[in-house]
Amino acid sequence: MSVDPLLGSLSGIFSHEFMRSAFLAGTGIAAACGVVGYFLVLRAQVFTGDALSHVAFTGALAALAAGVDLRFGLFGATIAVGIGIGLLGQSARADDVVIGSVFAWMMGLGVLFLSIYISGSSGSNGSNGTAGVSVLFGSILGLSPVAAVAAAAVGLGVCALILLVARPLLFSSVDEAVAAAAGVPVRALGIGFLAIVGLTAAETTQAVGALLLLGLLTAPAAAAIRLTTRPSRGIALSAGLAILATWAGLAFSYAVPSAPPSFAIVGAATVVYGLASLRASRA
Amino acid sequence: MTSIRQLFEYQFMVNAFEAGTIVAVVAGAMGWFMVLRRQTFAGHTLSIVGFPGAAGAILLGLSANLGYFAFCVGAALIIGAARESVTTASYEDESALIGTVQAMALAFGFLFVSLYQGNLTGLTGLLFGSFLGITRAQVIVLLLVGAFTLLVIGLIGRRLLFASVDPDVAAAAGLPVRALAMAFLVLLGLAVAEASQITGSLLVFALLVLPPATAQALTGRPLLGIGLSMVIGVAVTWISLTVAYYTPYPTGAYLTSLGFAAYVAARLVRVALDRPRARASVALPVTSS
Repeated sequence: MSVDPLLGSLSGIFSHEFMRSAFLAGTGIAAACGVVGYFLVLRAQVFTGDALSHVAFTGALAALAAGVDLRFGLFGATIAVGIGIGLLGQSARADDVVIGSVFAWMMGLGVLFLSIYISGSSGSNGSNGTAGVSVLFGSILGLSPVAAVAAAAVGLGVCALILLVARPLLFSSVDEAVAAAAGVPVRALGIGFLAIVGLTAAETTQAVGALLLLGLLTAPAAAAIRLTTRPSRGIALSAGLAILATWAGLAFSYAVPSAPPSFAIVGAATVVYGLASLRASRA
Repeated sequence: MTSIRQLFEYQFMVNAFEAGTIVAVVAGAMGWFMVLRRQTFAGHTLSIVGFPGAAGAILLGLSANLGYFAFCVGAALIIGAARESVTTASYEDESALIGTVQAMALAFGFLFVSLYQGNLTGLTGLLFGSFLGITRAQVIVLLLVGAFTLLVIGLIGRRLLFASVDPDVAAAAGLPVRALAMAFLVLLGLAVAEASQITGSLLVFALLVLPPATAQALTGRPLLGIGLSMVIGVAVTWISLTVAYYTPYPTGAYLTSLGFAAYVAARLVRVALDRPRARASVALPVTSS
């Protein structure tokens, strides 16, 4: 009975099971992205997050090529490489040539696995081809209710884990040398943090895909850092903005079916960042 | 021998080898400066921005070639201008901005491809490269743009090297450090657009980072390093194209794996070369005391 057609179409959004799943999973994933992303930007490790997103792609396709569940490869590869980068780089801050080299090779392997997977089972070529695309660009509308609950639970777990170590992690991120002198286990925290970033990257790949997860990881966090200097408020704001962007993106792609949801979510996150930058530069 | 000759009987393989060689030489030189200036993240962004450029050009019915050049150079200008205006911005701010721009660019590329309702092979071609469809006209464009890029970098190379190694001293000596940085970014945009057409947007690092990083691990001398970087790039490209011709797997996988193997080998050689020297310097004070 609604007069506004857009509002009318949006009111029916929760009548679809896949939309309820997408909102549930998206909220958990976005919260994790916001919290982890805040520290990632603060520690100037955005490039590492970028590398891990490429690893997510390779891990997922390696699992598909080997014929096992995609999520084994996804989570296994990102967490292992996160820890590896932490061990390789000096005091868990790897230099950009090392990261660049590793992820160039990782992407190459990913392409190899993709072609093995596509050529592997002939006949169902079409569905195999889409698997590659959905790893790259996400398939949040294709999550089953069980997978959505699992994704939301992992997202909340990541948030809880980070909040548990938030105080020492913040200390060591802002001033590593002083934190080390005060007895904070800086190196262990750095490696542990990268492992959590790996977990988050794998988690987010399911929603917006390996190529777009950097947007959800950095844009809300950078916006929050622009808007407030207080860490506790910044973390909450970052998570809030990430969730807001996810909801807005899902609603937009529901209203405009030709826009893929991952495009709309990353677009919303970028708009949030743009507005925050404008506001910060005016103030 | 006959199988090698058979390789060049096809015009598309000749085109692929010519294009690959041009691109590897240009990327070897530009990549050397990029690694020296620690701008790999910016180079990565330029390559990613090329993807919506190419996808958008195809959507509009133009050639992907045009889209790559327009978007890569445009992005280089924007990054350069942003760097000029936000001189006070911290590193964390800049990397967050670049990361966001990257994700947005990829998202737009994905939107364009889904609007085009195109086939998925087109998408993976743009992302991971394909050397099979390279035309004569494309080779000539690559050659002209590559020659221009090398000419300019040859002219400003010495000053750029100085400005890269020590920007403060270079500025004090009267070098236009900012203009050099801007010019370098635009040239890098051209090199990235060239490399994208062989390796695809996502694998540009195979030619732009791995050979230069390998060369810099082996030698600190600029001219030798740039030459070595070009030679490694060309060798990796030729071997990859040849192997890819005889196997069902994509060139990108061979390009990156060979490049990475060369880089790891060079780092190991470096460690082996440095070790005796380090031991000697440690041993000296012990014997004197």
